[in-house]
Amino acid sequence: MTSILRRTVIKSLITFTGISMISRFAWAAWPQAAFDGEDIDAVTNALYGTSDAADSDMVKLKAPDIAENGAVVPISVSTDMPNVESISILVDGNPNPLASTFELTENSVADVSTRIKMSKTSNVIALVKADGKVYKAVQEVKVTIGGCGG
Amino acid sequence: MTIKAKAKLSGDIVTVKILMKHEMETGLRVDNKTGEKIPAHHISEVKCIWNDQVVFHCNMGPAISKNPYLSFKLKGPAKGDVLKFTSVDNMGETDEGEVKVA
Repeated sequence: MTSILRRTVIKSLITFTGISMISRFAWAAWPQAAFDGEDIDAVTNALYGTSDAADSDMVKLKAPDIAENGAVVPISVSTDMPNVESISILVDGNPNPLASTFELTENSVADVSTRIKMSKTSNVIALVKADGKVYKAVQEVKVTIGGCGG
Repeated sequence: MTIKAKAKLSGDIVTVKILMKHEMETGLRVDNKTGEKIPAHHISEVKCIWNDQVVFHCNMGPAISKNPYLSFKLKGPAKGDVLKFTSVDNMGETDEGEVKVA
């Protein structure tokens, strides 16, 4: 219940604060809709135009089984697939699942690592777009102390 | 410059590690004293530039940890090449840094 209440508050805040509007116009390249999405399908759709993501062994997601501190959870995503255009990291249990998205070029190798925040125990999802198709890998991470505040 | 970076060539692959200084406020936390929400303040974009070309681009949301760490790999840059990094946050503040491939 609290989370529904929180979402309502956030939504009204976004509507009434100018800041989010300014950032929306100033950084048009930033995928606002994807970062605002509240479930995995919506985010996937906003990012890649389809919510159809096939499970694939080729997508290697490295995450801890148990994260003691949800504020700092190390995540690595790599794949040997050819023609990788984009990699995204999503957290199912966060208010907005999308943590980050990486756009690769012909000079990059599909192997990225970062540290993310997780509000509670949930699935971490790695999305990889290669050759125009979207693939995913999912792993559950248990969180002892949440890292989203609020 | 508060983007710290390391880049190491091994074989033909350069492993880049960068560390940025940023609060990464989610916009969900409440200030205990005033009871008001702390507005979101987070890095939104990071770019890695080599030879005047963007070779790696990351869009970040507030769910990236405080003082963001990123690691990625590049193909192409040689030993001694300079990699530049730029970042911008949702309030328009920018930051930069550079490193020579070792």
